[in-house]
Amino acid sequence: MTSTEKYVAAAYLVVFVMILVYVVIIAAKLARLDREIGDLADEVRATRQDEEPGSAG
Amino acid sequence: MKKLLAPLDNAVGLAVLATVLIAVGTAMTFFYAPVDVDGLNQKIFYFHVPIALTAYATFGWGAWKALVHLWKKKPGADLESYVAIHQGTIFGALTLITGSIWAKLRWGHWWLWGEKELVLFLIIFLFYCTYFMLRYSIEAGPRRANISAVYALFGVILIPISFLAIRLATNYIHPVAFTKQGPQMAGSQFATFLVCLAAMWTLAGALYRLELLGKRLDLKIRELRELVL
Repeated sequence: MTSTEKYVAAAYLVVFVMILVYVVIIAAKLARLDREIGDLADEVRATRQDEEPGSAG
Repeated sequence: MKKLLAPLDNAVGLAVLATVLIAVGTAMTFFYAPVDVDGLNQKIFYFHVPIALTAYATFGWGAWKALVHLWKKKPGADLESYVAIHQGTIFGALTLITGSIWAKLRWGHWWLWGEKELVLFLIIFLFYCTYFMLRYSIEAGPRRANISAVYALFGVILIPISFLAIRLATNYIHPVAFTKQGPQMAGSQFATFLVCLAAMWTLAGALYRLELLGKRLDLKIRELRELVL
């Protein structure tokens, strides 16, 4: 592989890696949001169970 | 026509289209477009220039959304402006990196401070980098949205100056691919360039919609948490 070929490959690699990193960051964020929605649903369910008549003591 | 353009209206459709166009653009770059007198390093041009144009376009889109926010007070325009500028800085960083690699091959230097085109692009990039520092130094609310929008609008003035800098320059070290006479390249090279440009614009569109989706979801979850708990 010549020096020029290495530089050209590096330029393309940088573009693809940076886009990939960006997609991974967005995917991680969406996974976090998914967890937060799950937690929120659990909290709502727990609150409703507490409010149901006869559920207390 | 509306049905034909429907994929452009969602992130998944745009992502699929961007993947196809990137694959076709890369194949055309290496197997269709001829190697010109500049040698193999000219292959960087097919992605470097579309990435730079995408950076300008996303900064411009961010400024437009900032104007919509200030002018029409449209809900969500501030967030759209923020996401567009974020995209612009990513594509801006890629422009600087790929440009530096090309410069090292062509000029033997990673960077030349005497080049107006390079320095002006760096100024735009740094200007929009400070947008995030400004934005996050102000508490969330209408004041932050308004100040951010004004700042985004100021930045857009630099874009035409940067775009024309190459023609205003006296030394012309940076190559001029497009003149008043049209593109200074073979038909196959120009076709490859257009496919790569379409690839970058659809990629930017897909990433913009994806990031916007995440930000809107985040906001809705916060609202929901405040309402429920």
